[in-house]
Amino acid sequence: MTPDLAALAVIFSQLSLLAFGGGNTILPEMQRQVVEVHHWMTASQFWAMFALAQAAPGPNLMVVTLVGWHVAGWPGVLVASLAKFGPSSVLAGIALRLWERCRDRPWRQIVQAGLVPVTVGLVAASASVITEASAQDTILAAIVAGGAMVALATRIHPLAVLAAAALIGLTGIGQI
Amino acid sequence: MSTQISLAPPIEARTAPTVAELFTAFLALGLIGFGGVLPLARRMVVEQRRWLSAAEFTDLLGLCQFLPGGNIINMSVAIGLKFRGLAGAFAAILGLIAAPSAIVIALGVVYDRLQDDPQIHHLFAGLAAGAAGLMVAMAGKTALLLRGRPVGIAIAALCFLAVAILRLPLVPTMLVLAPLSVFATWRAGP
Repeated sequence: MTPDLAALAVIFSQLSLLAFGGGNTILPEMQRQVVEVHHWMTASQFWAMFALAQAAPGPNLMVVTLVGWHVAGWPGVLVASLAKFGPSSVLAGIALRLWERCRDRPWRQIVQAGLVPVTVGLVAASASVITEASAQDTILAAIVAGGAMVALATRIHPLAVLAAAALIGLTGIGQI
Repeated sequence: MSTQISLAPPIEARTAPTVAELFTAFLALGLIGFGGVLPLARRMVVEQRRWLSAAEFTDLLGLCQFLPGGNIINMSVAIGLKFRGLAGAFAAILGLIAAPSAIVIALGVVYDRLQDDPQIHHLFAGLAAGAAGLMVAMAGKTALLLRGRPVGIAIAALCFLAVAILRLPLVPTMLVLAPLSVFATWRAGP
């Protein structure tokens, strides 16, 4: 196994087990590893890939597949996917077996409620890190702000926001 | 499993899906699930295929949200395992991620080829900004969960500071903050 593949396996299996509250909580760490620690790509490239993955169908975090592809081709896809989806799935399988026994135990409620603040902090951190990387000039910052407001105030489909943002970007207005 | 007491008249006897059915059902789900698979998963599992009752689905979702990993990924594993053991779990998760993986790689190849084209560069800059906007909105909605919980707000702020500003590695940060958060939330009460 090449060093890159080994690194992919280590990074994504760790992130797999840390992704409490869904995948969006681990994005800052993923960027830190992929961009700052391993220098596989720039922050803009990483977030462009993230946006691309968000625009595709399927579960969150298909960006993992793209990072694997970018770093090491098909073996990278395989290793990154296994590492990302394997450990948390094994844990889910084990937990399901124990679930019947513990469903009414008070500690379960306490732990679940107790992790909410961490999830809130991590999702806010994701929003901050992606905004910092994406809002490189006034027009892009305006797209971030406008997209956020539209998504908060209306029940519009997220894909419509992405499509509009891509179209405004394509015109190149105001971009450096 | 527990005995099923249904108040509604039984429409049809629920049958356990086969391994092949698990694969094809989740394959279809992966293909149509743009921007959030979960509502579609509920419709398929509860209303269309009647693999689970609404209460069973909610119960399973509670478990999946409690665990690390994407809800829908965990859900596919849980449903596969429940009906067909390990083979079922593999079939369900493979079905779910097969099509999105292929699509996303195809998009990635296009991106790699074209990223130096200035127009494509502008397009992706806009797309990334749009994704950032969606994430900001999601952060706002998630933060509402902490309304009227000062202890929770303080811990969320601490977590934000550590990860977004100080850029500390996530593993040690979580090892400190997760137990602290559980303990403080418990002491502070609801």
